[in-house]
Amino acid sequence: MDQFTINLLFVGASFALYIGIAIWARAGSTSEFYAAGRGVHPVTNGMATAADWMSAASFISMAGLIAFTGYDNSTFLMGWTGGYVLLALLLAPYLRKFGKFTVSEFIGDRFYSPTARLVAVICLIVASVTYVIGQMTGVGVAFGRFLEVSNETGLFIGAGVVFAYAVFGGMKGVTYTQVAQYCVLIMAYTIPAIFISLQLTGNPIPALGLFGDHVASGEPLLAKLDQIVRELGFNEYTAHHADTLNMVLFTLSLMIGTAGLPHVIMRFFTVPKVSDARWSAGWTLIFIALLYLTAPAVGAMARLNITEQFWPNGTSGEAVSVETIENDEAYKWMGTWQKTGLLGWEDKNGDGKIQYYNDANAEMQEKAAANGWEGNELTNFNRDILVLANPEIANLPGWVIGLVAAGGLAAALSTAAGLLLAISSAVSHDLLKGQLTPNMSEKNELLSARISMAVAIAVATYLGLNPPGFAAQTVALAFGLAAASIFPALMMGIFSKTINNKGAVAGMLVGLVVTLVYIFLHKGWLFIPDTNSFTDADPLLGTIKSTSFGAVGALLNFITAYFVSKATAPVPQEIQDLVESVRIPKGAGAAVEGH
Amino acid sequence: MSENSDNNSYWSANIRLIQICLVIWALVSFGFGILLRPMLSGIAVGGTDLGFWFAQQGSILVFLALIFFYAWRMNKLDAEHGVEE
Repeated sequence: MDQFTINLLFVGASFALYIGIAIWARAGSTSEFYAAGRGVHPVTNGMATAADWMSAASFISMAGLIAFTGYDNSTFLMGWTGGYVLLALLLAPYLRKFGKFTVSEFIGDRFYSPTARLVAVICLIVASVTYVIGQMTGVGVAFGRFLEVSNETGLFIGAGVVFAYAVFGGMKGVTYTQVAQYCVLIMAYTIPAIFISLQLTGNPIPALGLFGDHVASGEPLLAKLDQIVRELGFNEYTAHHADTLNMVLFTLSLMIGTAGLPHVIMRFFTVPKVSDARWSAGWTLIFIALLYLTAPAVGAMARLNITEQFWPNGTSGEAVSVETIENDEAYKWMGTWQKTGLLGWEDKNGDGKIQYYNDANAEMQEKAAANGWEGNELTNFNRDILVLANPEIANLPGWVIGLVAAGGLAAALSTAAGLLLAISSAVSHDLLKGQLTPNMSEKNELLSARISMAVAIAVATYLGLNPPGFAAQTVALAFGLAAASIFPALMMGIFSKTINNKGAVAGMLVGLVVTLVYIFLHKGWLFIPDTNSFTDADPLLGTIKSTSFGAVGALLNFITAYFVSKATAPVPQEIQDLVESVRIPKGAGAAVEGH
Repeated sequence: MSENSDNNSYWSANIRLIQICLVIWALVSFGFGILLRPMLSGIAVGGTDLGFWFAQQGSILVFLALIFFYAWRMNKLDAEHGVEE
């Protein structure tokens, strides 16, 4: 059986499973559509939230970004897990006690203002749509590879599948499907990592193998990797090269953003009790940590394998020949990935060999001149392909490759579906029913929910054709937006009794607009290529990249809200009482539908 | 009135707990993982140093411990102050 058939079998079987579950648990009422009737156990909820959370960015993209940068990209690991501490301590239990369906309902009620609710809805939609663009990038890579078509064709096919799948059910269908998706994606991520860890270090646990010894050389794995990449003129893997301020702000943006993303927060509305909301955040992080502790090992080990494939005789020996790349079984992955347009090489100096090195490094330029090299000949290695290509690079059996294809799609689909659900509930429940047409029937609400999903996915697909970055980088922008707009409003709503309606609205607007403008200045207006005035290599403000600006936006949000609240009318007594009641778990009933 | 003052002491106990947890949260990630890494560079861990380990794995393990510790403490605190569900 050839690899294409194996991939098709694995992906087909996993899809049949998800669709089967979605049909079995199809949502009947609006309550089931949004919050699964609140009958979800914390462990089940944790697993589903983990699947919802770990998207194409975590699964497909992150290890690739770590592999090619090393220590400096640890920010993704800390940022995307540390947010759960904020969520568990600062938001989840109180929002569960408040007991409505959506984040914007809380903001509308706490800040006693339909305008606040409207602004929150807009913030949610902007952040979620940006997030879906990142997912579509990942979906394009995964479908492109496994159907062996171009990245663009893969993107269009993927968009169709995501749409069909998300429209099917609401939260209830999605919750149980996501449990299945979690199981598929965690197996798909860890099994190849275990194989590779055994090959390189003899340790079956990749997270420990990362700090173990490299079997072939007897040296510690990371020391060996540092040495090899240094010899090719790249930055040492474990050393700190990035700007420290930018690293801190980027990590903080991801953390705050995690606690401000609607599709994650929504999950904590679906547990039965306030105490369960606290546990649920912990369970979610356990399931996430299984992947996140493995990811740095995947990155480092893949970098070592790739480098050794290009320099089979060591970095001072001969580079791999074009003939070997074209004919040797071990290099077959290069041919298949070349078809997607995401991998490229070129024998620039015509010596029949492919030299992979850092041609921006002065020392390497000298060495290149002495050896007759004319630049790095691995001309394109899209970071988003690393995880999917990893089992092929390590020569693992065909079924492992099929499993990884299924896992990558599970990660992208589960998050895209969760986000589309959050977008559709924001539009139909908060915007239309909550503001514009309060008397809308339940049937029309469900219909408008589905239409808004279709619109969101069309926009994301269009922008996904020219994404503002690799999947994880686009997703990081979405986190920045959520960090700057939603998180501060939620936190102040719970921990302060003095922030009033005007303060919250002004804070959210300032946070959102300033962050969005900063991102557009660097990434292009509406992410349209070539409309940017600055680049992240040389940002507008010092060393602060657009991906790290969310933390600054959040700070501006807090400051604005504080001063505007001081200058305007104090918070009414009944709202202060509401804040008091949110702080105390006692008396949390089942959540009710808001209007 | 007595219920109110009990609620207040419940809330300030909660805030204290949150503060302690967030100090640890920041120390292991921004501290050991990034800013204080040079100070920890003397402690070798598998071919690199302790700061690298905190940045890539250690902080995640501490985050997990923090959340479960907080949930356990708060559920106890709820019962002590009679505000559990």
